[in-house]
Amino acid sequence: METLFFAIITLVAIVSAILVITCKNPINSALSLVMTFFCLATYYVMLDAPFMAAVQVMVYAGAIMVLIVFTIMLLNIRVDAAKKHSHMVVVGLIIGFFTLVNTVYLVAKSHVAQPTGPYSGDMIRQIGHTELIGKEMFTNFLLPFEITSILLLVAIVGAVILAKKKI
Amino acid sequence: MENLNSYLVVSAVLFSIGTIGVLTRKNAIVMFMCIELMLNAVNLTFVALSRHLGNLDGQVFVFFIMTVAAAEAAVGLALMIAFFNNKESIDVEDVNLMKW
Repeated sequence: METLFFAIITLVAIVSAILVITCKNPINSALSLVMTFFCLATYYVMLDAPFMAAVQVMVYAGAIMVLIVFTIMLLNIRVDAAKKHSHMVVVGLIIGFFTLVNTVYLVAKSHVAQPTGPYSGDMIRQIGHTELIGKEMFTNFLLPFEITSILLLVAIVGAVILAKKKI
Repeated sequence: MENLNSYLVVSAVLFSIGTIGVLTRKNAIVMFMCIELMLNAVNLTFVALSRHLGNLDGQVFVFFIMTVAAAEAAVGLALMIAFFNNKESIDVEDVNLMKW
């Protein structure tokens, strides 16, 4: 049953990812990308990471995609059917195919280490994923977490300065 | 939970689709969305391996990748707005001239 569910989700994820790169209208691409993000959130739930799934839906499918769709609406790009919307298709396909072969070969041939960490599935389900993530983030990763705030501040200021016509 | 390899293969397929999109599309916003797709494929790898190894460090890294993606979205879309104001176009083929 779970294998069937996994297969369905994989099918939806890959078909919508292909639609992202084939749709002519950027709005259609954006909506397909939202579908892919929801499929990834489903994978996270299947991997016992419900908090990551919630963050994926809120931050990616919510905030970032709203920003992208808003920009598409703001720029009001005319979709010209006569104009070509892609270039170097053959070269791109070849490079993408080799990337795929390379990564799949690597996955098939490599030996993954056995589980070493303390967090088993039962433990995550018992204590709660959010609590464990919070403990990890605010103890071992406290400094990177604080530096992240500076990164976001710089990004906000930079975005305002870049998009303004006159400062 | 499925076995680890199926997640890694799905992630590899999504990453390759994103690569093809970045290389073949002309519209800068669609290229940007393909980069987001590649970042998400890497996130899936991180979460799957983190779950397999029983170590939550990978999931914390996914948080930081999401933060970087948000910052990248803000700055990148501002750049596209500035470019569109100058050239009335969003195609990357129109960005082949430097100012000097």
